[in-house]
Amino acid sequence: MSITLQDAISLITLEADMLDHGDFHDWLKLYTPEGRYVVPIDPDVEDFEKVLNYAYDDAEMREKRVVRLLSGRSISAAPPARTVRLLSRYRMLESSDTHCTLRCAQMLQELRQGRVHDYAANLNYRLEMTEDGLKIALKVVRLLISTEALTAVSYIL
Amino acid sequence: MQGLPDPKSLLDDDRADGSIYSNPDLYDMEMDRIFMHNWIWVAHRSDLPAPGDFITTFVGSHPVIVSRDRKGVVHVMLNRCRHRAATVCELKHGKTASFVCPYHGWAYGLDGALRGVPHQEGYTGQLDKSKLPLISLKVEEYNGLIFASFDKDIMSLDEWLGRAKPWIDLFMKQGAGWPVKTMGEHKFTFPGNWKIQLENTTDAYHFPIVHKSFLDSVDAETQNTFDFVEGAGFVEDLGHGHSVMVMIPELVDLDEGLDAPIPERFAELAAELAKDYPDEQVRKIVRAVGGSGFNLNLFPNLACSMAFFRVLRPLSVTETEIRHIAIGMDGGPDIANEARLRLHEHFQGPMGFGTPDDAEAWDRVQRGSLAGKDISILLNRGLGHEARREDGNLFSDVSAETGMRAAYRQWLIAMSEEAGA
Ligand code: FES
Ligand SMILES: [Fe+2]
Repeated sequence: MSITLQDAISLITLEADMLDHGDFHDWLKLYTPEGRYVVPIDPDVEDFEKVLNYAYDDAEMREKRVVRLLSGRSISAAPPARTVRLLSRYRMLESSDTHCTLRCAQMLQELRQGRVHDYAANLNYRLEMTEDGLKIALKVVRLLISTEALTAVSYIL
Repeated sequence: MQGLPDPKSLLDDDRADGSIYSNPDLYDMEMDRIFMHNWIWVAHRSDLPAPGDFITTFVGSHPVIVSRDRKGVVHVMLNRCRHRAATVCELKHGKTASFVCPYHGWAYGLDGALRGVPHQEGYTGQLDKSKLPLISLKVEEYNGLIFASFDKDIMSLDEWLGRAKPWIDLFMKQGAGWPVKTMGEHKFTFPGNWKIQLENTTDAYHFPIVHKSFLDSVDAETQNTFDFVEGAGFVEDLGHGHSVMVMIPELVDLDEGLDAPIPERFAELAAELAKDYPDEQVRKIVRAVGGSGFNLNLFPNLACSMAFFRVLRPLSVTETEIRHIAIGMDGGPDIANEARLRLHEHFQGPMGFGTPDDAEAWDRVQRGSLAGKDISILLNRGLGHEARREDGNLFSDVSAETGMRAAYRQWLIAMSEEAGA
């Protein structure tokens, strides 16, 4: 049976909840070992390895990112920004019993140092069915303002 | 002129008044006297390699087009139609034969010449196209770095860069024998004055404090390489506000030390490269991937900073845009260029492990500087043991504020000249 939209939504909203609540160690477990977390700059690019991105994280970099956020040794993340994000407009693009790809919208608001920032993004996911259930093999965060000047983002989008 | 701030009263040899970060009148003077009367970096040669290529950018607050004409000559022109001032191009980069204003269709060549005016009869002979080209700035290039200036009487770029030139040449050795090319950029803003960023590029003192979490994320060998604050490095005043901060003396000349052991973190890359390149070249490429061991701060807006170009642009007295432009080997192996991109992503940009902490520190400087009145910021670190080299350059230890003092001396020279003189 193909992976259902409901199963996919459960996983990625769980991820969103973990990121907003700082459950970063649990967040790491949502990904496959080869999984990638990518925040590209160029809106059209697909081959992320060949170009400069904001983030192009394999498992090792994701773990380092989490250590950095929780270490208290980064002044931009101590205290970390607080975030609230909403996911919606889900669409399953392709689904089989082993994997699926889906797309949705994310609206995120960040508060840090008394300043609020809003980030709208299209999220693209590739999810894979593993022995341990459904996992994220690829998450691509396509920020609406990716080609404009951002401000420091010391959290996970 | 009445009402203008007096820059001299704000700067001493070893300190500056905190208001230099927030005085709007001073900022207006800077945008004129510094950004319209100095050489401002606008592009790297590889941003517009072929005839017809162009980019749009800024000189200070002025939008400009940088284009390469059919003969290969680079032009920097105000992005402002001579008819009623519309910007003629809003693309960030591209290739074209002409720039056509979208409002009434005036068409300009790659060199800015006004070529076509729709329904020209309506001017009954009162429009001389030859007198209405896009307004050009002066343009000169050194080793791939393209600079522009509004000031037609400015000294040559060669003279302006002066003693910084050998350091530019050293920096470009990161091409490992290939030309250097730009490979994309991280662009971000911070809510603070541009001079806070200018200072930071020549501030080694902050590195082990602000970048703790970056240092936590690299191996012991790399931590050791970056442990330079009490090392043998130095900061040297190169004149005209330029300075160099050598953090890792072994990585000043990338063509030397090729027999040094390859760092563990590059072992895999070296093994991969060894399939296609002889040992000596593998070593050269790997050394280039690691980047240079120094920051070259070029007054006022460019730095050749270890492994990338840092470009700053003041947006207002309390807001600054920073670009960290990745560079690589034009024609070099993909895996080596990709390794450079991953290193850039690791430290730089709004989601790197280094830059957000820098930005937080600059932000705090801006906010803290608003506390109280008539309180100085100190620029005296390393002054006690500052000395002169035989060629006259002032230098001090790597964590000295010699580079900042150099930049502020030039700031004062520029600010003291009569506007529009
Ligand atoms: S403003 Fe450009 S053609 Fe009129
Ligand atoms: Fe820094």
